[in-house]
Amino acid sequence: MSEERPFIRPYGDRLNDGAVQLSFSLPISLSARSREAAKSIAGRLGLEQIRLVSALDLGNGFSFYILYGATTVEIDDQAIHLTEVERPLLDFWRINQLLEFELKKRVTVVGATIGTDAHTVGLDAILNAKGFGGESGLERYPQFRVVNLGAQAPPDEVLEAAREQRADVVLVSQVVTQRNAHLENLSLLAEMLEAEGLRQDLLLICGGPYIDSQVALEVGFDAAFGPGTTPLAVASLIVEELLRKAQ
Amino acid sequence: MRLPIPTEQVRHCRQLAASIAGGVQDEISPLSTVSVERSLLRLVGIEGSNQESVPLVNCFIDQLTGQRVLEDGALYWLSNAILATGETPQGIAERVGARSLDLVRLPRQPRRAIENHCRGIVQDALVTLLGKRRRRREMEESLARTTSPWLYVIVATGNIYDDIEQAKAAAEQGADAVAVIRSTAQSLLDYVPEGITTEGFGGTYATGANFRLMRGALDEASRQSNRYVRQVNYCSGLCMAEIAALGVLEGLDILVNDALYGILFRDLNMIRTMVDQHFSRYLLGLFDTTIVTGEDNLIKTIDAFEEYPIVLVSQFINEQLAKNAGMREERIGLGHAAELDPALEDSFLKELVQAQLVRQLFPRSPVKFMPPTRYKSGNIFFAHVLDTLFNLVAVWTDQAIVLLGMPTEAIHTPYVQDRYLSLESALHVRRAAGSLGQEVRLKPNGQGAARACWLLARTEESLTRIAEEGLWNSLASGAFSAIKRARRGGRGYDGVFRKGHFYLNPFLDREVVRRARRKVAQNTLPGAIELPGAIELPGAVV
Repeated sequence: MSEERPFIRPYGDRLNDGAVQLSFSLPISLSARSREAAKSIAGRLGLEQIRLVSALDLGNGFSFYILYGATTVEIDDQAIHLTEVERPLLDFWRINQLLEFELKKRVTVVGATIGTDAHTVGLDAILNAKGFGGESGLERYPQFRVVNLGAQAPPDEVLEAAREQRADVVLVSQVVTQRNAHLENLSLLAEMLEAEGLRQDLLLICGGPYIDSQVALEVGFDAAFGPGTTPLAVASLIVEELLRKAQ
Repeated sequence: MRLPIPTEQVRHCRQLAASIAGGVQDEISPLSTVSVERSLLRLVGIEGSNQESVPLVNCFIDQLTGQRVLEDGALYWLSNAILATGETPQGIAERVGARSLDLVRLPRQPRRAIENHCRGIVQDALVTLLGKRRRRREMEESLARTTSPWLYVIVATGNIYDDIEQAKAAAEQGADAVAVIRSTAQSLLDYVPEGITTEGFGGTYATGANFRLMRGALDEASRQSNRYVRQVNYCSGLCMAEIAALGVLEGLDILVNDALYGILFRDLNMIRTMVDQHFSRYLLGLFDTTIVTGEDNLIKTIDAFEEYPIVLVSQFINEQLAKNAGMREERIGLGHAAELDPALEDSFLKELVQAQLVRQLFPRSPVKFMPPTRYKSGNIFFAHVLDTLFNLVAVWTDQAIVLLGMPTEAIHTPYVQDRYLSLESALHVRRAAGSLGQEVRLKPNGQGAARACWLLARTEESLTRIAEEGLWNSLASGAFSAIKRARRGGRGYDGVFRKGHFYLNPFLDREVVRRARRKVAQNTLPGAIELPGAIELPGAVV
């Protein structure tokens, strides 16, 4: 007999109230008709008990709406298949120890944000000595040698650096994911590394707040990290994977 | 609100910056670059590209480079060609673009004749452009005065037509300045693309055509809202001088123009950049256009608390370089940003002190104050809180130009509602806290005053070190943001050349400029300068 699974719904202030908050603009001026149009859209999204709580004219033929509604959608969260595995974290000393005595080498990490992405905050959080969330960045680890290419490195520059620096790990951070531009860059980089025969010697990792890890793996990356990732998580994965590869 | 800072120390910082900038000036004066020469050709009216889509100004310079005669400068060869053929600058450039004219093989005219003719062309160009600028000022003055600070927003759809719709909405919502974000890697291109951008990534190209379209839309919006809406674009990069020229030609009000940004963050050659920034700033100063510098980029790459003095160092140097190019302080908008970690205790007070310090050190500069970006996440609600506090700092310390933060900063380029919400917050704070700075004082011996003195002392130390080493060596040794750049390294060094014996650039000739100014003042403007529609007289002042 199967155990009864608990279904969940969005929560406002009562269990199963299904409360959803929604805002969007319409390319028409504010009017009685535009208000109805906004509610209609919420209705077509499947919301019930729709309340239009704010409707503002934005000028030049645009208007903005804030709505609340209730959804009857319910989910069995236990049945969700996860692609991003939660790994046990190692600590700073253990990581250096494993690299020094087990892997027996200093690991070179080449990092960049590629293409037109100028946001280095995620990359720096992982690589710069200063780190993030109270943890030191990879630069602070004696067993990591970090080459931070910074913002907007073209994929071919990353490839060149990987070759020149004899990189063990290439770390790519992408914050701007608008119009899926990051996917093109990520797959281009993976393909170029493959074509140049560097891919099999490398651990290829990407990260960013809106990276879909499933997709990242599909375009040829070994691992992908989401928002809030700390340097320790990345360092742990690097150690584990490099040790596994070495065996 | 005033911070008690030692004026002697401030004066010393300025002297050090003057000595640093002076060292640069001595080396760049005998030099010019391909992009400076192209900007001269644009100023005398050459536009368009050839059949292979190469801009005509590039074709022209490439021909001279190919024949190894660029040292005489573009205007020398252009003037010679005009005298020899009787054709217009545009006609000559088109034939050069079509490879049907060899500039060097034309009969060489007497040097005196070339010089005189060249001065004439340049004077005519100056009269037209100065006249255009004057008309624009008159339009600005005919509209209601803008409240301070100016609220500055960006549009960045990548399609100039969508940008226009969003810019018009922003103007209606209360924006005073609209910046069109430039396609990301344009700073690395050694040419200015032609035409209209509808599918740019991360922005549209800075082109004459895009500038013109946006200018028309903003002028219309200005008249409709009886408030002058300023147009902003970016000229830092390999085409710094050329984009400045386009900005002048198309009537832009503000150009982002930083002397160090390209070197540090784009790996452009330092000598090339210094020559380019000098002429681009000279031009913008000549046409009374405002520049804003990019220290916000510096703040984003350092520890904004510990290493903050380097921002002040960059501001002192940027100011002095711009002054050396003839700009007046009122047009040198130094960049500054609020990027302290919100987890710091009293981060608000610290931001307040830093913002006030910049205001006091550069009292006449229309400082451009930039919003938090580094510690923004997908939590748009908290981002809006950060921006509101930022707006309060801006209003409290009476910043001149405030770039508004967006709640969705860390997610995507602004949606139309993001800009509305930001303007709503900024307008509210401007109304609610406008007199705060005049009413509230800081404790004379409090932590704010201590911080200001510490910052100034560190700034003085850094400037002293850079003055000893010289700017070139300091850039090489990583004085800024730990980024190291080699003197002959980086992009664009091959575009630098030493001016030759025949070199001509009458735009730098005081007498030519003076004569053009006098002509404009006497109102003998050649031809009508078109501004779209009739200019309305000021209505009720808001």
